[in-house]
Amino acid sequence: MTTTQMIFLATALLTLVAAIMVVSTRKLVHAALWLILALFGVAITFVLLEAGFFAVIQVVVYIGAIAILMIFAIMLTRREVRDVSPQTNRSWWLAAVITVLFFTGIVFMLSSWEGFSVNQPVAGVGVDTIDKLGQALVSPHAYVLPFEVASVLLLAAMIGAIYAAREKK
Amino acid sequence: MVPLPWYLIFAAALFCIGLYGVLARKNAIAILMGVELMLNAVNINLIAFWRYQAVEQVAGPAFAVIVFAVAAAEVAVGLALFISIYRRRDSIIADDIDLLKW
Repeated sequence: MTTTQMIFLATALLTLVAAIMVVSTRKLVHAALWLILALFGVAITFVLLEAGFFAVIQVVVYIGAIAILMIFAIMLTRREVRDVSPQTNRSWWLAAVITVLFFTGIVFMLSSWEGFSVNQPVAGVGVDTIDKLGQALVSPHAYVLPFEVASVLLLAAMIGAIYAAREKK
Repeated sequence: MVPLPWYLIFAAALFCIGLYGVLARKNAIAILMGVELMLNAVNINLIAFWRYQAVEQVAGPAFAVIVFAVAAAEVAVGLALFISIYRRRDSIIADDIDLLKW
């Protein structure tokens, strides 16, 4: 077992424990803090996959913006859900059963796929990956349409969020 | 190097934990946190497949970027809606928001 594998296993364990705490802890603010830890674990996974750009985006967008937005929303709506009452609904056991079945199904599907035994990454990820990605995102022969649709979606979501959260007179 | 199946099973586990959060939690913001975990699992899968199968193409990273943008939009709209609902109905428990339920 190499050092990279050990780092991966530690990161995966940390992330999964943090994710379980996100969905199981009673205090919502604590859940948000565990969510930040889980997102950090995912950022470390991106680093292990030699996608440093995505690790940076993960920290900036997810931890810097989304997690903080969550904490703001929790504090703005805090009075209602007391931290002492159960935070799961009546059929949580059904959700757990569905989740376990789903996970078993995914692992079964993956193990029957012939690419499942790929152990070595393709060699030669270089510095120019970001270069190629940036060009592909604005190239008419590649992904300019999804990119523009995403930007329009983001603008519409921003306007919609301002409108929805505004105090009505 | 880390074998590809490790990443895939890790992402599957993360997705399933997020799914459990979406299905079982009462609070709407906690449900949104579960959705975030699921989107992160999808991103791990996209990047892992790109790294292990098609590093010379950019489809994986390109769609990971779009997933990031969609996640940001989803959280912004979702939280704005929850705050608006909280103002009108004084509750953010998903069971109480049943205006469209017959």
